[in-house]
Amino acid sequence: MPATQSVADRLLDKKKTIKKERTGKLVVYTCAAIIILTTLAITLFLVLRGIQAFVADGVSPIQFLTSLEWNPSRSAEQGGPVYGALPFIVGSFAVTILAALVAAPLGIGAAIYMTEIAPSWGRKILQPAVELLVGIPSVVYGFIGLTLIVPFIRENVGGQGFGLLAGMIVLSIMILPTVTSIATDALRSIPNGMRESSLALGATRWQTIRRVIVPAATPMLLTAVVLGMARAFGEALAVQMVIGNSRTIAESLLDPTATLTTIITLNMGHTVPGSTENNVLWSLGLILLVMSYLFIIIVRFLSSRRRFS
Amino acid sequence: MKKLNLGAVFAAFLLTAAACGSDDGANTGGDNASTGGADENTNSEEVSGSILVAGSSAMEPLVAAASEVFMEENLEASISVQAGGSGQGLSSIASGQVEIGNSDVFAEEKDDIDASNLVDHRIAVVGMGPAAHPEVGVDDLSTEEMIDIFTGEVTNWSEIGGADQDIVLVNRPDSSGTRDTFVKYGLEGNEPSSDAITEDSSSTVRQIISETPGAIGYLAFSYYDDQGSVLPLSVDGVEQTDENVMSGDFPIWAYMHSYTNGEPEGLTKAFIDFLFSETVQDGVIPEMGYIPETGMQVERDAEGNETAK
Repeated sequence: MPATQSVADRLLDKKKTIKKERTGKLVVYTCAAIIILTTLAITLFLVLRGIQAFVADGVSPIQFLTSLEWNPSRSAEQGGPVYGALPFIVGSFAVTILAALVAAPLGIGAAIYMTEIAPSWGRKILQPAVELLVGIPSVVYGFIGLTLIVPFIRENVGGQGFGLLAGMIVLSIMILPTVTSIATDALRSIPNGMRESSLALGATRWQTIRRVIVPAATPMLLTAVVLGMARAFGEALAVQMVIGNSRTIAESLLDPTATLTTIITLNMGHTVPGSTENNVLWSLGLILLVMSYLFIIIVRFLSSRRRFS
Repeated sequence: MKKLNLGAVFAAFLLTAAACGSDDGANTGGDNASTGGADENTNSEEVSGSILVAGSSAMEPLVAAASEVFMEENLEASISVQAGGSGQGLSSIASGQVEIGNSDVFAEEKDDIDASNLVDHRIAVVGMGPAAHPEVGVDDLSTEEMIDIFTGEVTNWSEIGGADQDIVLVNRPDSSGTRDTFVKYGLEGNEPSSDAITEDSSSTVRQIISETPGAIGYLAFSYYDDQGSVLPLSVDGVEQTDENVMSGDFPIWAYMHSYTNGEPEGLTKAFIDFLFSETVQDGVIPEMGYIPETGMQVERDAEGNETAK
C-alpha cells in the first residue's frame, strides 16, 4: 500500500479490510465447524450402529471381546452363531506392532540421514523416493504382496506364505512414508544452536546425533511411529490379500490370521444390513474407532511433552 | 460463450433423441431385427426410463453384459448394474431402493429379509465344485473325502492316495453365497475348518490355488480356464460339467436370482423378460460360463429339496 494515500482513503480501506476479514473469518469458521460436526456425526453413528449387536441382538459384549470363536453362520443344531472377535483384535495389534518394529528404525534412520548426514543431495533423492510410496494405491501393495512376497516366503521361509510375516512386510512399506516424513520434520525442528553447541563442545557428529538430537526429538519421533501405527491398524485391502484371513490366532509369524478390517471388508457386502451378523461387523468398526481415538490421545500426550522453544 | 455453445448442442441433441424415440417406433424395432432375432422376446411396446439393479457380485458381469445388449436394442432405456453382494441386493430390493435385486441365495434363506413381497426370477444356474492345484495327484473325491479335507480331518494328500503334500485350504468368507452353496450341497452342512485361508473374491481364490502347491478350494464353473491353472475335481465320479448339473447328477449348484418387489412392470418387466429370452439364455449365459435356467431338468426350492422339472 503506497504511503501517499490520503487519510480518507486509508479509512475507507480499513472498512473494506474489516469486511474482508469478517468474510474470511466466516469461511474459516464454517470449514472448521463442518469438520468437527462430521467427526462427531461419524462417531455418533458408529457408536449407535456398533452397540446394536449388544443392545438389540443380545450378543454378549464380554463374549464378543474375549471369545476365540467366530462362527456367524453356525446352525442352531450346532449351538447357534458365536461372535468372538478376540482373534481379530489380537491379529490387528500383532500386525500393527510388527510393522512398526520394521518401519520405525527404517523411517527414523532415513530421516536422520536426510537431515543430519547428507542434507543436500541425500534429501533430493530420498525424499521424493519415500513420498512416491504414498501415492501407490493399497490394492497395488496387496497385489505385489500376493504375487511376490507370499510365494517368496512359501519357498524360502516356509509355511503357506500367507500370514503375519507377509502382512508385516506389506504394512511396514506402506507406513514407511508417514514415519519418515514426520520424523524428518521432527529432526528439522531441532534448533541449529543445539547442533552447534554440541559440536563446539568437541562432540563428533555421531555423538551429537545420538546424545543430543535424537533424545531432544524423541516425543515427535514417537508421534511419527504412533501415527504410522494408526495407519497400519486401519489398513484393510492390502493386508486382506496377504494375511490369509483365517479365524484363528497366529502362533508363529508364518501362520495365517485375520485383522478387524479384513473381516469387515470380507463380509460387509454379503450380509444383510440390520441383521445380527451385519451389526457385529459394525461393532468391529467401533473397536477400530475407539482404537483410533486411543492413538490420537497417545499422540496428543506425546506432543504435549517438553519441546524446546 | 463456450459453455453456452455446449449447452445449446446438448439441448439440440436431447431434442433430436427425444423426437426419434417418441415419433418413430419402427426405428428401434428395426434395430432389434438387425441385431438378430430378439424381437419376439423384447416387449413390442417402446420401453424407456431407467432402472437400478444391485446385488450379487457373482451375477454382476452377467447382468451387466445382458443390460448392454438390452440397451443397444432399446435406446431409451437405461439400466445401471451395481455389485454390492447378495445381502445388499436383497435388502435394497426389500426396501424398494432398487428395481431388481440380485442374489445367489433364496431370499427365504436370509434372516431379516421380508420375502413376502419379493418375486423370484431365477435367470441362471451356476455350478461349483472343489478345485485343486494341478499337482495334488488326485482327480476324484468321494463326498466323505471332501468333507474330511475341508473340515481338516485329512491334512495330507497322500492320505487319500495323492502326492505327499500338505493340504492348504482356501475358503470364502462366512457370508458368501458360493460358500453357502458349497457347504450345503457339497459338504452336507459341515463348516470348513477355521484354519483355512479366506479370500473375498473368486479370482483371488483361483490365483492362490494355482500358485500354492497342495491348495484346494471351491470355485464356480465360470472361473475354470482352458489353461488348466486349477484342476476341477470330480465328486463321487461325477465330472464338473454343465450337462451333469442340468441333468441333476452333480449336486453343487445354485440359482442366480433376480428379485423384484411385487410383479415387475414397464422397463423392469421388459428387462426380466429379456433375461429369459433366447439371446440371453442361449447366448450371453453360456458365453460367460453359466448354465441357462431353461436347460435345467431338475429344480430346487428354498429348503433345498430337489425335484424333476
